Amino acid sequence: MRYQPLNLGRWVLWSATAIVFVVAPLMFTESFALTLLIQMGTMIIFALSYNMLLGQGGMLSFGHAVYSGLGAYITVHALNLVGKGAFYIPVPLLPLVGGLAGLVFGVLFGYVTTRRAGTTFAMISLGIGEMVYACVLMFPGFFGGEAGISTNRVVGQPYLGLSFGPAIQVYYLVALWCFVCIAAMFALTQTPLGRMANAVRDNPERAEFVGYNTQHVRFLQLALSAFFAGVAGGLSCINFEIVSAENVSAIRSGGVLLATFIGGVPFFFGPILGAVVFIFFVVALSGFTKAWLLYLGLFFLVMVLYAPGGIASLLLMQIPVIRARRFGELAAPYVAAFAAALLALAGLIGIVEMVYRLSEQGARTELALLGFAFDARDLAPWIAFGAILAAGLAALRRATRWLGARWSSIQQDLLARQP
Amino acid sequence: MRQVIELRDVHKSFGTTKIIHGVNLAIGAGERHAIIGPNGAGKSTLYNLISGRFPLSAGQVLLNGEDITGLKPHEINRRGLSRSFQVTNIFHNLSVYENIRCGVLWSAGCGYSFWHRVGGLAEVRRRAEQTMERIGLARRRDVLAGTLTYAEQRALEIGITIAGGASVVLLDEPTAGMSRTETAQAIELVRQVTEGKTLVMVEHDMGVVFGLADRISVLVYGEVIATGTPEEIRANPAVQEAYLGALHKETAHA
Repeated sequence: MRYQPLNLGRWVLWSATAIVFVVAPLMFTESFALTLLIQMGTMIIFALSYNMLLGQGGMLSFGHAVYSGLGAYITVHALNLVGKGAFYIPVPLLPLVGGLAGLVFGVLFGYVTTRRAGTTFAMISLGIGEMVYACVLMFPGFFGGEAGISTNRVVGQPYLGLSFGPAIQVYYLVALWCFVCIAAMFALTQTPLGRMANAVRDNPERAEFVGYNTQHVRFLQLALSAFFAGVAGGLSCINFEIVSAENVSAIRSGGVLLATFIGGVPFFFGPILGAVVFIFFVVALSGFTKAWLLYLGLFFLVMVLYAPGGIASLLLMQIPVIRARRFGELAAPYVAAFAAALLALAGLIGIVEMVYRLSEQGARTELALLGFAFDARDLAPWIAFGAILAAGLAALRRATRWLGARWSSIQQDLLARQP
Repeated sequence: MRQVIELRDVHKSFGTTKIIHGVNLAIGAGERHAIIGPNGAGKSTLYNLISGRFPLSAGQVLLNGEDITGLKPHEINRRGLSRSFQVTNIFHNLSVYENIRCGVLWSAGCGYSFWHRVGGLAEVRRRAEQTMERIGLARRRDVLAGTLTYAEQRALEIGITIAGGASVVLLDEPTAGMSRTETAQAIELVRQVTEGKTLVMVEHDMGVVFGLADRISVLVYGEVIATGTPEEIRANPAVQEAYLGALHKETAHA
């Protein structure tokens, strides 16, 4: 047995993850927080499954919602049949039905999409997404048309006191599946197929010349990814008790791409962060403002431009600096940059909200931000927020220069110390 | 002697341009065979035809007596033929160890397995580490391949090629772009790692070719004008006229 110092760290990491899952609903007890957590758990599985394609296999898919959506549809029918007493599957195992459905459709569509890589793959995945969406609307008998198919997740007698009626029980069901799926998808990266998926992503030609059929590698990777997407679909079906055409739509496919990219495509755990942030935008922010999609879009844009490795890369970049005990030098510029960004954000939010109020027919134009009440039809708030935005941007520019200078001097020192 | 590679009247055209016309070539088991020829003679194209990268326009390629014409590169590789590339063709974002391991996986019988933990496959690790040792990159194990020096990348290129233990190895200018000392080291490496295998090699450096090869084929404008031992090739007037003479003139001018 070889001494593997990594193992301890790994145990700590996985245990910490498990503890977070257990403790999260105890910390945030409002019912809204629970809704948020459930959707985050589902999205984590979905985004990680998407990154099996994009991050690990180099396949940019515009139609990943096909697999989660169809998985959800099959689950909703299974759940309804269980409710009618046609057969019996315990509710906690229903996501497996979704997963198997995802797998079947992954095999079916993957056979077509994975014949080519690169742009062709992206285009075919887009086409299949549109095709499935059209089919869902064309066959209302099975898919329920625009309204979708509703269900009731409380079926049969409670088992061990679990009826899965209360949201907290749904949360723990999602948490358990989420943990298992994270572990399973991580394990897959450590298999011959997982490693060859990386190789095919990097250099498909060379992969052919070491004996691997790249098409086959992509196909298997997509089929497995579709399985986990189906599990996520099954869980969302149990959570929302309704599945509609929106579940297979291009909006969902685009959403998972956004979430994964924001989190960090090059890193296994990136999509986990991305899913959390994405659900925060979609669910929490959408309750506050109609402009949430604009904010999400701007955030995505900023990430693509300034942090293409996502949030995960921003975090990992700090590790060598912390190891070298130099992080203290960066604290001040970080705080300054953060404060400047907040200031700019406040100005931006003010302007965006006023634009939305004015553009909307019959909306009230008086609004309040941070206790300040004002009217979007007046000139003064426009000038004020414009000034705040300009001041914030100017400050951010100075702060990032300061940060950049310190950062590069630390990096130079770190490089110089290397042999 | 048993023929390992046999080309029968192989033709290749790109559009109306004929690159290879009517090449016949037989390479025996355990032989070190060099293919030489001026730039644009079709040496790399010939490799691409043998290894399945391009389809043939006409003719036949046999590997160990079996027809491999029209097979896909991965199918040909699985039959025991492995090749390197003139322009370094490695997995840039993977570590040195992972690059080598990619070369090992199929031949170790791992296939497309998603139920084995790759770190737990002792045989794969042993062979990958042995290969790294042989190409002298053991100390660079966890370095990303894209950040290696040029000479190291060339060594890795050979490492990936031989990692699977193929019995037939095609090397496409393993010393391309190297300095004198680097070339000497690379050739020593080639000599060691192809011990007991059939080696086919495209090479520009005549010193290297005549020192290493058992037999040499001269390819000029898509045709093999001569095949023979280094002495026979040196003495062949057609070769001198078509190739070596030209080269001597070049070196004389330089």
